[in-house]
Formats: sequence, structure tokens, C-alpha cells
Amino acid sequence: MQDLGIDVLFKGTNFLRLLQGLWVSVEISLISVVISILLGLLVGILMTFKNPVLRAVLKVYLEIVRIMPQMVLLFIVYFGTTRVFGWDLSAETSAIFVFCFWGTAEMGDLVRGSIKSISKIQFESSFALGMNKIQTYRYVILPQTIRRLIPLSINLITRMIKTTSLVMMIGIVEVLKVAQQIIEANRKASPNAAFGVFAVVFLLYFLVCWPISRLSVYLEKRWAL
Amino acid sequence: MDYAVIESYLPLYKDALALTLKIGWQGIALSLLVGLAGAAILHFKIRILKTITGIYIELFRNTPLLVQLFFLYFALPKIGIKITAQTCGVLGLGLLGGAYMIESFRSGLESIAVIQTESALSLGMTKEQTFIYVILPQAVSISVPGLLANVIFLLKETSVFSTISLMDLMFTAKDLIGMYAKTIECLFLLVVFYLIMLLPVSILGSILERRLRYAGFGD
Repeated sequence: MQDLGIDVLFKGTNFLRLLQGLWVSVEISLISVVISILLGLLVGILMTFKNPVLRAVLKVYLEIVRIMPQMVLLFIVYFGTTRVFGWDLSAETSAIFVFCFWGTAEMGDLVRGSIKSISKIQFESSFALGMNKIQTYRYVILPQTIRRLIPLSINLITRMIKTTSLVMMIGIVEVLKVAQQIIEANRKASPNAAFGVFAVVFLLYFLVCWPISRLSVYLEKRWAL
Repeated sequence: MDYAVIESYLPLYKDALALTLKIGWQGIALSLLVGLAGAAILHFKIRILKTITGIYIELFRNTPLLVQLFFLYFALPKIGIKITAQTCGVLGLGLLGGAYMIESFRSGLESIAVIQTESALSLGMTKEQTFIYVILPQAVSISVPGLLANVIFLLKETSVFSTISLMDLMFTAKDLIGMYAKTIECLFLLVVFYLIMLLPVSILGSILERRLRYAGFGD
């Protein structure tokens, strides 16, 4: 067996470039996650309302997000809408837009689930204790909802980071693209670079997502009611 | 929108759908097998296999399918393991899905009350009989909604296959846009075909979820 091409990473600034590429994905996902969590809270609360029109609209929205692959959404926004409406969207903006669209639905569903999972007894007991509606939400319902919600939203971050690997397809230079560039550039000098470089990319993603998902599991166990 | 164009593209999309479904179902079947085996290993706490399964779950749940596929397709040939794009797709989907399926099966297994095992054992069943005839059927029926959610997720993930030059729906759309620049028609067909593929599964999911809610026993 020949060398596995890991040495390529130590030539010049290759490793640094890889990390910068990783940062691009992480940055896009962090921006999208923050926006999604905020909008998702709103959408989730709206989902618990009983208004039939609102429910139907939100249901269609959820179903679209559930069924359409994120890559299709990326293509529609980046290639489709720019063509139809003639506006000029950068790849980053389209990516953030798509991930927010997707993340808001996911987050909304989590919020709805958490609110629904609080049993009716909790409301009734606090009313019986003489609390008014605002106090009930402020001191009884919301703390429990948030405790259930935090591990789930942390989990959403790792899913977001994993999904952002797709942005390569609309021309954003992130970690996989950089990896490809490095491999191409060293094709002659180190024909086996693909193994080493892709193995490192695999590991990098793991090292970013694993601690976050462990944290989510830990909090879920610790705060279990 | 140009309907003549749409009509002329239809056969290409049909072929792509067939390929997507073929790889999709093979991958899903593999992921179910992996999931069942992994869940059984974790359930019986088989010593070394348990650790390996744990590592496998963490590795595959915390990396994107795109990266896994790139590794399988571009990196493995460098150490002498050559696989075709199709095998690679099935394998990638199966391994990624397996990691998620294990979790779904396991949560099903965990939700079965201990009394079920104890009763079966006291009736003189062996450990294996108890697992196969008593625990597993109940656990599977509980895990079905989770499993179907995974199936939808995996069928969606097939869109990533276009990157290892499998002619799936995404690849066809990208290719046609690149050649003829009929962006809107291509994207429209893409959406329609994904709907055809996934809407039935999604509807089936919600029906089954409602039905199976009553299939639990003993609680």
C-alpha cells in the first residue's frame, strides 16, 4: 500500500484552507439556526392555535418542508427564483434563506410538540392555586417547555451543520469543495490524496457535530421530567 | 412555461425516478436490516459488538451523507476497494439509515414493559423465543412512525446521489438545466416527481400512525 496522502494537508496552507471552508458551513448554519429558532418559536405557538385557515396554511408549509429535499429547495431559490423574478441572489443568501425556511418548520414542529406535551393538569393546578394566565405561562408552562426545547434545538444545530454540506452544489466554496480543490491540485504529486483528505473532512464534520449532539443528549437526560 | 419541453423531458425524469426508487428501496432495506441487527445487539448487550455499534452510530449520525458518499466513492478506491456508483449509493444510504433505524428500533424495544419479558420467560419460553415472538412484534409496531419518518428522510437524501454521478432526479434536472437552460420547466418537473415519490409515503405514515396507536398491549 502506498502513502495515503495525508501529507498533502501539511503542504502550504492546505489545512488552514480546509478549516476556513469548514467555518463557511458552520457560519451559514449558525446564522440560519438563530433565525430559525426565533421564527420557529413564533410558528410553533401559531401551530397550537385553533384557527382553521392558519392551521391549513401551516400544515401545507410543514408538508412542503417535510417532502422536498433541501437540495431541491436550494436549486429552486438559487436557479429558479432568480430566473423568474430576475433578482440577483448570492449563493450564500439563497442558502441562508433555504435553511431558515427549512429550520423554521422543524423548530416550529418541535415547539408545538413541547407545548402539547405539557399535561393539562399543570394548567389546572396552577389555576387552582390562584395564578392567572400570564403567571401560569411565566412560572409553570414556559420553564417546562423551554427545558424540553433546549436539547431539541441543540440537536437542530447539528442537523443544520450536516445539511449545509449541500451548499457546495450551488457553488459556495466550503470544506468539501476545498477538499476537492486540494485533491485536484495535488493529483500528480500525491495520487492518493483523495483518501487522506476525505478522511480528514469526515473526521472534521464528526468533531464539530459530535460534541454538540452529546451535549443535547446530556441535557435531555439531565432535564428529563 | 413550455409544455412541449416538459413533455419531451418526461421520459428522462421517469427513468431517473425509477433509478432513485431502486437505489432508495435497496438502501432502505439494507438500513432496516442494519437497524434491526444493531438494535438487537444493543438490546442483548453483546460485549464487543455493543461498543462497535455505539461507535458506528455516533460516526454516521454526526456526519453528512454527502461526506460519507465522497469517502466511499472517491477515497476507498485509493486503498484498493473499488465499488460502482450504484453500490456506493445503496451502501451509503444503508449505513446512514442504519444508524437512525437502530435508534428507532431501540426506542421501541425500550418502551416494552419488563413484565412482558418476565411473563414470557415464566411461561417457559427461551430468551430468543421471547425476543422474536413477544418483544419484537410489539416493539416494531411502536417504532413504525419513527421508521417511516426515517424512510422519508432517506428518500429525500437520495438527492445527494447526483454528486457521485448517479442519474437520479436531481442529476437529471441539473444536467438538463446545464444543457438547455430551461430552468423553470426542469425545476417544475423535479418538484412534481419528488411529490409523486414522497407524498404517498408521507400520507401512509400519518394513516399508520393513527392506526398503530392502538396496537400497544399491556399498558
